[in-house]
Amino acid sequence: MAALTIRDVYKRFHSVEVLKGIDLEMDSGDFTVLVGPSGCGKSTLLNIIAGLERQSSGNIEIGGRIVDNIAPRDRDIAMVFQSYALYPSMTVRQNITFGMECRNVPRVQRDEAVGRVAKLLQIEALLDRKPGQLSGGQRQRVAMGRALVRDPLLFLFDEPLSNLDAQLRAEMRIEIKLLHQRLGSTIVYVTHDQIEAMTLATRIAVMRQGVVQQFADPETVYNRPANLFVARFMGAPPMNTLAARLEATRGRTVAVIGYGEAAIRFPVPPEAEGWNGRDVVLGIRPECIAEPTRHFSDLPGAVTTIVASVEMVEPTGAETIVVLRLGDERALGRVSPDVRHRLSETAQFAVDTRKISLFDPASGDRIT
Amino acid sequence: MRDTSFAPGRILIYLIVSLIAAAYLVPIIVVVLNSLRTSEEIAQTSMIGWPQRWAWSNYGIAWADFCVAQTCAGIRPYMLNSALVTIPATIISTLLGAVAGYAVSLWRFPGDRWIYGIVTLGLFLPQQMRLLPWTIVLRDVGLINTLSGLVMIHTIQGLSFTTLFCRNYYVAIPQELIRAARVDGAGFYRIFWRIVLPLSPPILIVTVIWQFTHIWNEFLYGVTFTTGQQQPVTAALIALTAAVADIPQYGVQSAAVMIAALPTLLVYVFGGRYFVRGLTAGAVK
Ligand SMILES: Nc1ncnc2c1ncn2[C@@H]1O[C@H](COP(=O)(O)OP(=O)(O)OP(=O)(O)O)[C@@H](O)[C@H]1O
Ligand SMILES: [Mg+2]
Repeated sequence: MAALTIRDVYKRFHSVEVLKGIDLEMDSGDFTVLVGPSGCGKSTLLNIIAGLERQSSGNIEIGGRIVDNIAPRDRDIAMVFQSYALYPSMTVRQNITFGMECRNVPRVQRDEAVGRVAKLLQIEALLDRKPGQLSGGQRQRVAMGRALVRDPLLFLFDEPLSNLDAQLRAEMRIEIKLLHQRLGSTIVYVTHDQIEAMTLATRIAVMRQGVVQQFADPETVYNRPANLFVARFMGAPPMNTLAARLEATRGRTVAVIGYGEAAIRFPVPPEAEGWNGRDVVLGIRPECIAEPTRHFSDLPGAVTTIVASVEMVEPTGAETIVVLRLGDERALGRVSPDVRHRLSETAQFAVDTRKISLFDPASGDRIT
Repeated sequence: MRDTSFAPGRILIYLIVSLIAAAYLVPIIVVVLNSLRTSEEIAQTSMIGWPQRWAWSNYGIAWADFCVAQTCAGIRPYMLNSALVTIPATIISTLLGAVAGYAVSLWRFPGDRWIYGIVTLGLFLPQQMRLLPWTIVLRDVGLINTLSGLVMIHTIQGLSFTTLFCRNYYVAIPQELIRAARVDGAGFYRIFWRIVLPLSPPILIVTVIWQFTHIWNEFLYGVTFTTGQQQPVTAALIALTAAVADIPQYGVQSAAVMIAALPTLLVYVFGGRYFVRGLTAGAVK
């Protein structure tokens, strides 16, 4: 069953078009992450789903019911906000039960629900404190508790972790993922952190300037980005995008970077044949470029060994990022920390060519 | 860090500040001293002087016996009038201003800016300009020469100020708080009552103090729209000084002035601290 359907939603603030025809459909149990740069309209879309903002045109359907004329309180949703939005003058317990209070749920039931959620989130000891007496991580938990206590059709999260420090954020990320696996709830989660998107989502919608660029599972978004924007936005460090041209060599299509002696050739899928003789943008993830002893695959032709000069090395501990010169372009590779390159030396690298993406340089759209 | 040096510039500043303070204080000191001198003593010596004999009885006479116009009940009934005007008008205008400020700051509705603009425009209209319209309104609703009429005027006019102050305080409340409450299922008044009002004491103290002192001290409407037994104390004081007697009753009159000023003085002494704190406070820490 479709838990949420967004149909051709537009939103204008005065003359500025913030959402330009959003179409998304989510199934029950999906964890959908809306990701995109600041100002692309993620919060606006979430607020429209919640009914806190009214779309200029289009429909929202929650649980098979068109909710365009239904108030937020009756949409069967719960929301977690970036600032947590805990009611400052209420205790944690009152914060969590406020929604039930507004709905005239009997006291016994409220107490029972608070107990259940407090246990789930391990905030039993905090129930009688005010939000001002809580740490950032504890506030975040309470905000989650306020949403979880309701058991709605749909959870909406607007950057719930962005106010936490890196370590706490990583912890809470895992907790949210566990919660989702345990409860099987349907979640729409806004973030501009692509790591959160990759780790949490069952489906990712990448947005840019009010348009959905790609809506797919994380693996597809990561490995087969729909266009150059998605390719560069997802992944850290981002995908290398290099100017190349396609040529037919001995009946096979290859992508060529650079000219003459120094030219580097990568095999590309036969579907790209139609682009022979034309310029393309070749995308390859840094982790697909490694030291020559790396074993990527047994498939014949999957790995190409190249020679390139090393411009810079960045050891991060777990791995070392190398900046290579490929033709006129720079590309990042990720090599084992045991390999020590000297600057400006020329070295061999193994490239996993199965994961190469090709893009149309004019439109930025994916070719294969 | 504290600068204990006495630089010439610093001395000059202290001097100027002391002069300004003296200019404010001297009239008050004169009134306080005269309220404790007998009228004869004032008449025989001068308006400014140290009491030769402490005439505490001035206060008793001013409170309950002194004759204003034709009645000789002191200023007590007029103090009561002032209280009956000031207290309801302060409470009602503060509460309405809080609701109005909450509406224009935290809820978007068509024409919200216009409504706010028109309400606060009232701050910039001179009082004299409003006299005639109020006369017509009071006549039409039949409240001329009544305390209720004054309550109505002060409530409505106070709204400009209370709305402005509450609105400026409430804009600091994050929109997300309101959104969260809406998703939780709370409506306009429940959000006000349960979330906004508990954050409001600092600004409510400010508006209450401001409204109370202004309405208590207000004179023009009191003297224009009420006569005789219906007058607030500010208007009655004028009648009192105009009372022709053999010797001018400066001592008793000064005592009456002191009594009339006492409520606002007390509010200042006990509430001034909160007033300053409230003006600089934010809604959410
Ligand atoms: N009430 C409003 N009036 C006018 N413009 C608005 C309003 N709300 C949002 N916008 C504009 O709409 C665009 C999208 O805003 P939105 O808050 O949805 O972005 P976002 O993707 O959530 O960004 P962020 O990651 O920074 O939270 C922005 O350019 C913003 O300036
Ligand atoms: Mg946002």
